[in-house]
This record gives sequence, C-alpha cells and structure tokens, in this order.
Amino acid sequence: MKLFEFEAKNLLKKYGVEVPPSVLIAKGDDPKKKIEEAGLEPPLVVKSQVLVAGRGKAGGIKKANSIDEAIKLVDELFEKPIKGLKPSYLLIEKAIEHEAELYAAIIIDRSERKPLVLASKYGGMDIEEIAKEKPESIVRLHIDPQVGLRGYHARIVGKKIGLKGKVLRSFSNFLSALYKVFMDYDGDLAESNPLALVGDKVLPLDARLIVDDNALYKHSDLGERKLEETGEYTEWEIKARSQGLTFVELDGDTGIISNGAGLTMTTMDLVYEFGGEPSNFLDLGGGADAELVKRAVRFLFEFPKAKKIFINIFGGITRCDEVAKGLVQALKELGGMKKPIVVRLAGTNDEEGRKILKEYGIEAYTDAIEAAKAVVKLQV
Amino acid sequence: MVVLVDENTKVIVQGITGHEGSFHTKLMLSYGTKIVAGVTPGKGGTKVHEVPVYDTMEEAITEHPDANVSIIFVPAKFAADAVYEAIDVGIKVVVVITEHIPVHETLAFVNYAKKKGTVIIGPNCPGIISPGKTKIGIMPGHAFSPGSVGIISRSGTLTYEVAYALTRAGLGQTTAIGVGGDPVVGITFTEAMELFERDPETKALVIIGEIGGDMEERAAKMIEEGKFTKPVVAFVAGRTAPPGKRMGHAGAIIMMGTGAYQDKVKALEKAGVKVARIPQEIPDLIKKAI
Repeated sequence: MKLFEFEAKNLLKKYGVEVPPSVLIAKGDDPKKKIEEAGLEPPLVVKSQVLVAGRGKAGGIKKANSIDEAIKLVDELFEKPIKGLKPSYLLIEKAIEHEAELYAAIIIDRSERKPLVLASKYGGMDIEEIAKEKPESIVRLHIDPQVGLRGYHARIVGKKIGLKGKVLRSFSNFLSALYKVFMDYDGDLAESNPLALVGDKVLPLDARLIVDDNALYKHSDLGERKLEETGEYTEWEIKARSQGLTFVELDGDTGIISNGAGLTMTTMDLVYEFGGEPSNFLDLGGGADAELVKRAVRFLFEFPKAKKIFINIFGGITRCDEVAKGLVQALKELGGMKKPIVVRLAGTNDEEGRKILKEYGIEAYTDAIEAAKAVVKLQV
Repeated sequence: MVVLVDENTKVIVQGITGHEGSFHTKLMLSYGTKIVAGVTPGKGGTKVHEVPVYDTMEEAITEHPDANVSIIFVPAKFAADAVYEAIDVGIKVVVVITEHIPVHETLAFVNYAKKKGTVIIGPNCPGIISPGKTKIGIMPGHAFSPGSVGIISRSGTLTYEVAYALTRAGLGQTTAIGVGGDPVVGITFTEAMELFERDPETKALVIIGEIGGDMEERAAKMIEEGKFTKPVVAFVAGRTAPPGKRMGHAGAIIMMGTGAYQDKVKALEKAGVKVARIPQEIPDLIKKAI
C-alpha cells in the first residue's frame, strides 16, 4: 500500500523527524481558517495528495506568495486531475528556502536479501534520472537486518554525499529514523526526495512510504486505501479486486484464466504465439476451489473485452476436479456458455475433472498447445 | 551424490492437520516420501494418514532424530515462527510452501538460516522433487519421471508443465527445485546450480525464469564465468506481459539493465544458453544440447 505524502510525513514526525510546518485540507474545509489556525505564514506551497510519481511536473505542486493566493490554489488543485486522479486532500506547507536537494531511500535488495540504503547529493529529480545522469553520485550501503542501521552507517553514507559537521549529524538522525519507519512498517520503500539542506540540518520536503501488502494486517493504524485513490487500476481491475480476483486488463479479445503467475503469463505468451491476443491476465493462484473458479468465469462473462475464454490449468495444489466443478456450477447458474470456452486440464485430479466436464458436454484438452491453437481459431 | 534430498530423506510436515497440509501429506506418502512426523500446535497425540502429530518440533525431533527435512504448510501469519522452529532443532532443509509471508519476515529468517547453515526453499514455492525417490512439495508426481535433467524454477505450475513435456519426450529428471515466486527467497538459481554442477547424475539443466528481479542474469553470469559447465536450456515467462506494476522508482535502480524479458534473454543467450519461446520447445532443445 502506498501512503500519501502527509501520512508518510506524519509517521516520520512520530519517529522524531522534523518536517516542514503544514496543515491538511480536506474537501469542504475552510482553507483560510485552517491556515490561520495552523499559524502558517506565506510563502506557502499547496500540494495535491495523489499517489502518482512525477506529481510536481504534472502541476500538482504550486507555490503561493499570499494566503489569498493559497486559497485560490486550493480550489484549483481540488478540481485538477493529476495523471487522471483528483485529490481528496491537499497539503499546505510552509515554503522552505534551501541550499541543496539530496536524495535518500531505503529499499529491499532482493538478490542480496538485505535492506539497501540509497543516497545521492543530486535529489529533486527522480532516481531513474539520477541513475542515468549522475550514476557515480549514487551511494549504496547494504544493512545486515540483525545489526540494523547504526549511526556510523548513516555517517558513512552522509560523508560520501558530501556532508559534514552538524549537517552530517542531522542527516544521520534522519536516516536512522527513516530506517526505523521502513522496518517497523514493513516497507517495500521509504524515500525522501527532495531531502532539503537547510542551514545546518536536513528537512524532508517530500516523503514516500510503500508498505508490503502482505504485512498490512500488522498495521491497522494506517487505515485502508480505496483502490480508486491509487490510480494504478482500471475500472474492471478494481471490480475484480473487490471480488478477490487477481486480474490485469489487457487489450485483446481472448479471456485467460490460469493458475500460478508463471503459467498465466505463459498462457498469454502461447495465445500470442499462435496469433491471438489476450484480453486479460487472471491468475487463480494456488489451491483455487470451485467457488473461486465460478467467480472468475462469471467475471469474464461480464468483462466486455473477453469475447472467448481460455482456461488453462496445470494442477498442483489446485485440483482439476474443483476447477471443473466451479466451471459447471457457473454455467448452470448463468444459463450456459455465454461465451465460447476452451479448457485445458492437466495435473492433480485431471481425470476426475475431465469426467465432470464431459458429463456437461465439454471436452477438455490435455495439451496446452492444441488448446491454445483451438482458442485462437475460434471465430467470435 | 544427491541434490539436497533422496529416497532416504526423512520428512516432518509442519501444519500437517490443515486442509492443504493433510491433502498433500497423503499425496507425498503415496509417492513414497518418508514422512516420519507432523507438527500442529494443540493437535499433539493425534494422527494424520497414520503419521504421528506433535505439538512442537522439539518433540517431533526427539521422537524422530533422523528427520532432516521439514515442509511448511502453516498460514502466512505463523509461517515465520515455524521456519525458526525448524532451524532451531537443526533441520538442514526447510521447504516453505506458504504464500503471502511479509517480505521483512522472509528477509530475517533467510539471513538467520544462512548463519545456521540451513537451506530454505521458498517461500511461495512448489517444493523439491527427486522423481522416483521422494517428493517434498505440492507438485503432481505423475508429471515427473526419473532421468538426468535438472530443473530450477521460479514458478510452480510452469515447472509441472515443463516436467510433463520432458517426461512425454522421454527425458526424465534428477531433481526439480521450485525456488519460489516471492521477491526474497531462500535458495537462489546460482546456489542451486552449484549443487547441480556437483551432481554426476545431472547431465543438463532447465532454468525456468520469469520477468522481474535478476536471478536469471546472475545464472547467466555464472555460466559465462565457467562456474556451471553443463548444457542449459531456459524459458522466461512474461514475454508478452505489459510492463508490470513495479515497486516505485527506487526499486528500478538495482534492476537497471535487468528485470525485463529482453534483458534476461540477452544475458542468457550471451552465456550460450538456448532460450525456448514456449515451454513445449524445451525437450527438443535439451535433446540437441546433450
């Protein structure tokens, strides 16, 4: 789950990090009152709270030299979609004059299987740009999770991006807090960009935190995120998620249902190989029961891009008889084959599955290639 | 010489009384796997398919001191506990089937296992099979057959697909290891390749990769450096997948020049590996390679 800037900054504050003075404006709030209550003096920055990268370039961050100007910007930004997303919140911050912009982040290096600190003295642009334009400026340091990020680690990184004296100490405190947030909140990513250099301290002008979805049950304090707010999903993807389906929308006409991410991607590859085009990726995952299969079939019946359906199952933890049962139940409840379906079953309990389908008049394939060719050939 | 497991391997099933644990215990037993004990807290003293169940790993290992591998079906919230429990009683190979374990927990137990000299397979994996000898996982046994091809894979179902194609082409397998689909896993491609390199029974290796991460690139580098000398055929899933949702910008940085389908294929081909366009091409490519 991606956190909004204001949420990430609130967490950092909780961990002792100084952040720019600010006030959060929800839709319908009186901005003038809010700004005055918070004691904010211009110049101010009004920032659209949307979960997309490149928010500044897309016009989601504006400077105001007076409170009146800020109030105007509030109206403007609430109505302005940033890469297709309208904000529910705006963050009004004190504009901070600063001498330089740094970059600092902590991620998981999946190959080394350790947290990795990334820092650069060239912040402000995104990390991919830094990597392209100033690759030598990126400092990397792996952290042994049993030792944790210690003060000296932070100082090594700080020195390498050119900090010294009091600023180095401030940076060290900041990085330690960022690491604590990253670890305590099961972060996939904790980042500040830009991290501003202000006098003898650092101050995060922006902050991002992405929390591992598998760990969300430990962090009920974070609340829930509506999928519409993330801007990552299409309408049908959101519908699919609400029904517990792992679904990605594509542009072709062949609906795909398979089990396991690798096999589902390969099923797409096969359909392409023989001249077809998938309308979606739908992975039943491991151990799908009849109920889940039924839901998946019903969903593709409704999904308009899918004109025909290819169900490709290789049973391991998933049992082919459960898949067959789910398919037959779906067809019975929905009044038959709304769209032509090609089924391929192999693996655990495939003979039982084949039998169930045969009773309903469906001949399931054993061979994936033959099945893929058959579905591509179907004229719809 | 064996790759981690053989017909003498004695297995403990952690989470044996659950739906999946009990179902796959039955399938593993009927394959011939020697399962000596199961563990489920609170269910000690019962039996599952004639296998004695204990409350703790400590009791299980005391009663069955020859057990050397454990397989975990415990739900994600409790899976890390089960892994530590297995490592701490001295189990040398732990197979973690469980999906959805928080990645920070995996990170911690994988590092701990390394220090203790325990091999972790998974999480979110199908397990390991030495066809005709033992199956410690959830793969359908009949897709596999004994022979001389090794398989390493990041995908479960795709492994069965490839093994099935090899089997139908008369190419049996020495051992197949599903390393798991999570961002952080225990045994990696290159670590598994060291084992296959030393195994005289293995004459060729199939690598089944997928987009994301850099395990395939690391395997390619190992081959290029001459540290893996047997013929290799690879398949990478996701050739036609649209660029996926990735983990923010910082995630892209360690993947610079890696992660995408084309980059993986390029790295593998540069190392002399034949890359199949569809999994069903693999048997022919293997026949040509050996």
